[in-house]
Amino acid sequence: MFVLVVGGGKVGYYLAKELIDSGHEVALMEKDSTRARQITDEIGSIVIPHDGCEGKYLAEAGCNRADVVAAVTGDDEDNLVICQMAKHHFDVPRTIARVNNPKNESLFRHLGVDELVSPTRMILGSIEQDIPVHELLHLAALGEGELEIIEAHLQAGSPAIGRTPEQLDMPDGCALFAVVRGGIATPLRPDSVLREGDKVIAIGKQECEALLHGQLIGDPEAVAAG
Amino acid sequence: MKIVIVGCGRVGASTAELWDAAGHEVIVLDIVTRAFERLPSTFGGNAIRGDGTDEDVLRRAGAEGADVLVALTEGDNRNVMSAQLAVEQLRIPRVIAKINDPVRAAAYSELGIATLCRTGLMVDAMNAHLGVAPSGLPSILAATGHHPSGPHADHGGTPQGNPEETAAPRAAVEA
Repeated sequence: MFVLVVGGGKVGYYLAKELIDSGHEVALMEKDSTRARQITDEIGSIVIPHDGCEGKYLAEAGCNRADVVAAVTGDDEDNLVICQMAKHHFDVPRTIARVNNPKNESLFRHLGVDELVSPTRMILGSIEQDIPVHELLHLAALGEGELEIIEAHLQAGSPAIGRTPEQLDMPDGCALFAVVRGGIATPLRPDSVLREGDKVIAIGKQECEALLHGQLIGDPEAVAAG
Repeated sequence: MKIVIVGCGRVGASTAELWDAAGHEVIVLDIVTRAFERLPSTFGGNAIRGDGTDEDVLRRAGAEGADVLVALTEGDNRNVMSAQLAVEQLRIPRVIAKINDPVRAAAYSELGIATLCRTGLMVDAMNAHLGVAPSGLPSILAATGHHPSGPHADHGGTPQGNPEETAAPRAAVEA
């Protein structure tokens, strides 16, 4: 495979190195000439010392025959433009972007970036799994990214305790499908009664989150006070 | 009209001043407060320090419900991103982005963003002055094709829309 990596920071550098070790053909674009020389000294002449956002230099780097373009600079706007140029102007089949602001994820997906990697989101996910919070926990994003698998830990004060999924007012396009109780996962039937300490696994659209939060977590202030 | 200007450089400040004086509701953003020194003391619009490529910042600045957004910062990509946020997330009907790289300017006009390319504008202004033939570089490009989900998007169609359908009605620049 021919992979064009744009951005020669730490991520781009190690990515290029790993790809070469796996036997792929790699070109790395880095606009800072000092950094570009440094990388050339370390891993050889695969570096194009130019701005990967410029159409002219993308063409010179062979963007039109790339199988994958990975935009891993530190700036979201640059990564977006690199992927869009690769996709729409050079017909690259697969584009991958690093996204720093999690808020930009939906925009990037919408605008045709094939895959997103958000370090912020990933670290946030790890932190949320370690700290008990009265919030919903994002377990995974599915498909186009519009759907998410979400876990809700039912703690005292949750309006869902003592009720069944049938009795809850679920937002459209959102379903509760399993419950983890005492470390054992079971499918959630419409008449299963939910208990304190249950972990309810739901799947739904991102927009449903607020409603889901109200149904399963309730008002955290009230919990703290109670 | 309610107009959002991203980037308060010479062009941004001049247009902000003119459009404000003409009675429009103007919001101008820049990441550097000092940039607002270019605005006259009579400026009656809102000057807000913030990053115009951040959706939250745009909303907080009051960009929702704007009729026009023009992205005039010194960074092509920042302008592209700001313009696309305006189209996609804020549903602003008319959007113009300054894109100095001719390749990117042409590419984004095909993606439904009206673009201004200073490179082409200046080269051809000089050519015209000297009586030399035009360069063929992009200068002022109306949005051809459609943005993936712009107001005129053909949902479920190809991302670039129908190439034969040119001059989308929301083309913001008709020179």
